[in-house]
Amino acid sequence: MYQGIRIAGFGGQGVVSAGILLAQAGVEDKKNASWLPSYGPEMRGGTANCSVVVTDGEVYTPIVSTPDTVIVMNEPSLPKFEPLIKKGGVLILNSSLINSRPTRTDIQVICVPCNQIAEELGMARIANLVALGAFIKVTGAVSLDSVADAMKKVYKRAKPEMLELNKKALQAGYDFVK
Amino acid sequence: MTEKTLRKGNEALAEGAIRAGARFFAGYPITPQNEVPEYMSAYMADAGGAFVQAESEVAAINMVYGAAATGTRSMTSSSSPGISLKQEGITYLASADLPCLIVNVMRGGPGLGSISGAQGDYFQATRGGGNGDYRVLVLAPNSVEELGNFPKLGFELAEKYRIPCMILADGILGQMMESMSFNFDPVDPNQLGKMQWAVDIEKNGRPKNKVFSYKGDNLIADVVERAKRYGLIEKTEARYEERNTEDCDVLLVAYGLSSRACLEAVNKAQEEGLKVGLFRPITLWPFPSKRLAELAQKTKAILTVEQSLGQLVQDVKLAVNGKTPVYLNAYPAGGQPDGESILTAVRSCLNGGKEGLFDLQAHAADFAYECKRDASLGMQGDCKGGK
Repeated sequence: MYQGIRIAGFGGQGVVSAGILLAQAGVEDKKNASWLPSYGPEMRGGTANCSVVVTDGEVYTPIVSTPDTVIVMNEPSLPKFEPLIKKGGVLILNSSLINSRPTRTDIQVICVPCNQIAEELGMARIANLVALGAFIKVTGAVSLDSVADAMKKVYKRAKPEMLELNKKALQAGYDFVK
Repeated sequence: MTEKTLRKGNEALAEGAIRAGARFFAGYPITPQNEVPEYMSAYMADAGGAFVQAESEVAAINMVYGAAATGTRSMTSSSSPGISLKQEGITYLASADLPCLIVNVMRGGPGLGSISGAQGDYFQATRGGGNGDYRVLVLAPNSVEELGNFPKLGFELAEKYRIPCMILADGILGQMMESMSFNFDPVDPNQLGKMQWAVDIEKNGRPKNKVFSYKGDNLIADVVERAKRYGLIEKTEARYEERNTEDCDVLLVAYGLSSRACLEAVNKAQEEGLKVGLFRPITLWPFPSKRLAELAQKTKAILTVEQSLGQLVQDVKLAVNGKTPVYLNAYPAGGQPDGESILTAVRSCLNGGKEGLFDLQAHAADFAYECKRDASLGMQGDCKGGK
């Protein structure tokens, strides 16, 4: 198993943090994992993205230029990352904020209303975890339990009730994908 | 073996250095290595050491010069343009025979360059970026785990040979997070014993210990004598890693992050039925020439993959000495290799193609240009004219 993932969205949507969580979950699963933030001068409200690799073997380069899976959380990220996806790869699309639809037919597209689901749970900020839940259901790259374990390490200062809410968001994303 | 944890490269390096007994750090901020001084500022004092944010790179390396003279495990870190500024201090450290650790988390160049990872400082690191006949022992990690474990190796080699040691990493290695573990228990520098040459007052009949970089009239003898240690280092300290080297048609040579993209190429090549191996120098000086020369006799072609425009390839050519054709697959100034683009170059090596192979003369073959002065001042347009 070698999963190269790109997660993209607005700065502040938690795409970089979701990537760290995913990499940490890979480590919890006794796999090898890497994480790399996008380079360059980024700003709040601008676009941000990160590369994550989770694998049973060795991580090659941490730069994921042809991802197996892409998670796009905002409109500008779709045209930027859709072309990069490997043939037969997966695109997870936040349909709450993205009106356009991908043009490629050689990839699997999963539309998840991440913000809507997150808001129903009481907090729009956790839309990134809804997307991550959907990712786990589709790819099986890491387990739900390992992400829950990873949360304790990555969000060290989070209150217990926040961690619970995070887990609910993760589960909701997981359950959304049939 | 301890459990693997997820760490950022720069932080693994800083933690690894403190664990290795570093008790003096001086540096000046520059992307993409800022997490190193940041980490040092938070944890060095707790370890009983000193962290100094210097007023400049030049000041930082000279503080290291002073601290190293006391026998303290001392270090600085910076990125390419900052390392250029430190070169004067490095040649003085080499001249004073002082061990220390210098970390270069490379970025694109020349000049201010860019903040993306690159490997353009190979010449500067291995050829002596400062003046005079001296060497710096250069370690090239290719993972966060090696970034964390090389400071200990670096200090030990530096002290063994009384030579500055450099860790040559790149921006991506510094910025990435990866699962890693330390392969050594924390070193207590108080248990190491004091260096006999460290600056000290007159004691028990022993005269004062002094450290000089200027050796007066004995310069020739001094340089020639130091070269013996360089010879010993070349003979005994060359380190490298091999993959699939026993039976390959194309041997890739790459260090640092490039070598990881090469691994992808090696594995993809196998799926295509191509026989590709990888030779990864871990020490860039001493360069593992002897082993590479042996391997060169068993392969059809050698392909150097580097994130610079023909630097590593020079050492490869010196080692191979014409026995096997040597080609270059180059990604300069922040370009990043991936398995597929390396494989394209591999195929060119085998079928005589040109795609993916860089050759400076071919690159400039159809090139012509002229350089004229602005004629608006009434001067003649080209450089030939005078008053």
